[in-house]
Amino acid sequence: MQDTLAHLKRGEQGIITDVSSIHIPLKLLEMGCLPGNSVKLVQLAPFQDPMYLNINGTHLAIRKETAMHILIEKIDE
Amino acid sequence: MSKQINVALIGNPNTGKTSVFNALTGLNQKVGNYPGITVEKKEGICKLPRGVKAHIIDLPGTYSLNASSLDENVVIELLLNKNDKDFPNIAVVVSDVENLKRNLLIFTQIKDLEIPTILVINMADRMSYKGISLDIEYLEKELDTKIALISTRKNEGIDKLKELVSNYKEISTSACINPADIDKEYFSNLKKTFPNQLLYKLWLVITQDVNFGKTDRNQIDAVADFKTKSKGDLKRLQQKETIKRYQFINNALKKGQTIDASQAKDLRSKLDRVLTHKVWGYVIFFVILLTIFQAIYDWSGVPMDFIDGVFASLSEWLKNQLPSGAFTDLLAEGIIPGLGGIVIFIPQIAFLFLFIAILEESGYMSRVVFLMDRVMRKFGLSGKSVVPLISGTACAIPAIMVTRNIESWKERLITILVTPFTTCSARLPVYLIIIALVIPEGRFFGLSYQALTLMLLYLIGFGSAVISAYILNKVLKIRNKTFFVVEMPNYKLPMFKNVAITVLEKTKSFVFGAGKIILAISIVLWFLASYGPGEQFNNAEEIIKTEYASQNLNEGEIQNKIASHKLEHSFIGITGRAIEPAIRPLGYDWKIGIAIVSSFAAREVFVGTLATIYSVGNDDEETIKNRMAAEKNTMLGGPLFTLASGISLLLFYAFAMQCMSTLAVVKRETNSWKWPTLQLIIMTAIAYITALIAFQFLK
Repeated sequence: MQDTLAHLKRGEQGIITDVSSIHIPLKLLEMGCLPGNSVKLVQLAPFQDPMYLNINGTHLAIRKETAMHILIEKIDE
Repeated sequence: MSKQINVALIGNPNTGKTSVFNALTGLNQKVGNYPGITVEKKEGICKLPRGVKAHIIDLPGTYSLNASSLDENVVIELLLNKNDKDFPNIAVVVSDVENLKRNLLIFTQIKDLEIPTILVINMADRMSYKGISLDIEYLEKELDTKIALISTRKNEGIDKLKELVSNYKEISTSACINPADIDKEYFSNLKKTFPNQLLYKLWLVITQDVNFGKTDRNQIDAVADFKTKSKGDLKRLQQKETIKRYQFINNALKKGQTIDASQAKDLRSKLDRVLTHKVWGYVIFFVILLTIFQAIYDWSGVPMDFIDGVFASLSEWLKNQLPSGAFTDLLAEGIIPGLGGIVIFIPQIAFLFLFIAILEESGYMSRVVFLMDRVMRKFGLSGKSVVPLISGTACAIPAIMVTRNIESWKERLITILVTPFTTCSARLPVYLIIIALVIPEGRFFGLSYQALTLMLLYLIGFGSAVISAYILNKVLKIRNKTFFVVEMPNYKLPMFKNVAITVLEKTKSFVFGAGKIILAISIVLWFLASYGPGEQFNNAEEIIKTEYASQNLNEGEIQNKIASHKLEHSFIGITGRAIEPAIRPLGYDWKIGIAIVSSFAAREVFVGTLATIYSVGNDDEETIKNRMAAEKNTMLGGPLFTLASGISLLLFYAFAMQCMSTLAVVKRETNSWKWPTLQLIIMTAIAYITALIAFQFLK
């Protein structure tokens, strides 16, 4: 099964592979959430939601319902 | 007269765009609203070299020209409408040095509209701290523009920026991206249909759902054909466009920017580890809230008493100076106290916004939003609703003004509608006097019953806000594309100038926005309380003097009796009597009715009105309390203020929308009378029903 951003655990990193779902707001892409960019899960709020991410140097928080649609490939340290 | 240069300041949120605006214009700025919407319009004048002046607009912060909120629409509407009087001669894109890549996205978009565009790189003072070095000359060449490297904190580079603006005619207007690179077929068709139009502009007209200037109307109709592509297809093209733009930007930055990460000192992750922690994050937030709340209470008490005193003596002074008559009465008893009723809120508003501005500027607010979002979402609210709800415990007016930064209209509206349930400080005088009157003095595990009652009332306030939010979320059918993307900015030390200007602005916007309505209603209420029909009102003086002729009352007591008699037979008094049948079942008599009607102006007026009715000379709490305790219930016998009627009154004030100032602010923020009217009706209904149940059950 393809990993999504929602599968990341705290501190884990990945590379974004696909953002073509229409459930991803354009604003997120414009903030750097694009295929090829690296993403790191910085912190989770209680109930694992929202997620605090570092995408290619930009720090932002999104809800899990959005993260589910962003496909990634995990990087093993 | 030389023409002013129109300058538009554009940039992402959190880049210090407003600091640049403040540095350029100083206090030479004014804040208004864009016509018809509640988006703030900030403009100012800046003196440039060689006697030229620039008219600067600080546009709302946005990440791109693809708008997702009212604020962002404003930006495209201006940039696409050449006939707008504010259409910029030059666009100044403000970026911060740490997020240059992301900030350049909107730069390329604006440049593609063929508007002369320069780049300001702010926070240059953080470069060495973050291990960043920039080859400005190279970047200027690659981006085909001029760059000003500035630091608003250290006040460096502002002169260079002014120089660049004054030479705007030399700035290149060539585009960064050729739209044909995004989708050859689609864009060449577009070009064939509109040979004379700028392709990128057409593309924005097609993809954006905003109002364009009249001149573009005709185009829009023709362009409609190109909307036939499905939403998904258009979005795919927008994604492709974004990727193309980032390719262009990465290319320029590859050589123009070097970041030595080993040089970077990372304060962020250390602070975040604590401030967004599952436990400590909430504890710290709670402590900060308590501090703010306490400070608003404590610090505004003194200036509020002072304002109260000043307006009271001003009324007194005017009465003595001016010849007596209707005009003097209107001025001294209607207008001046009405103005006082507006000014009295200034300390609380100013203090609240002082704290909010500091939290916002420091970057902490985003962490609160992150921590609270999940909890608040259950009730149809957003992480951003937390601050208004908490601020509501000081005063609902500034709290409702804070909701402006909630992007989703539905979440914002719900927040506005439920905030007045939280226990504001104006309820306190009413609560305190009634609690002192009807709640016994005993203790329960060391806590006095009276304190527990007060705490319970606060809990009721907060609880009803949350429950009504839950219900409203189910009931309100608002189509709402809600998404949640919150930038988590770096922690920064707040800049004094920015904080001060925010406080000043918010205060002004309250005084001149809601103030007008408050003044008008105060004057109407004053009129209703000072005039009445018939003999009883007009001959009050003689009636009282004959009635008490045998008793040896001194002049002061006589005057109090007259005032009381007049109020009883004024229009408001008649209203109080008229509603008596309706409030009887709640355990109130007509005197309380009068106090309820007149305290519609503001809850705390309740106490003052009772003082007048019971002809107590001044509103000294102890005297009123004794007088109230002595009041008899004419229907049921026994004292009027019992546990039953007291609880009923407390509940009535907990729920009722007894505050015209809040209604005025809601009208202003929602731009319609519909919401404040609904709020008034529903809250009063809840108040009536709970008070009714309480009294009937307890009596």
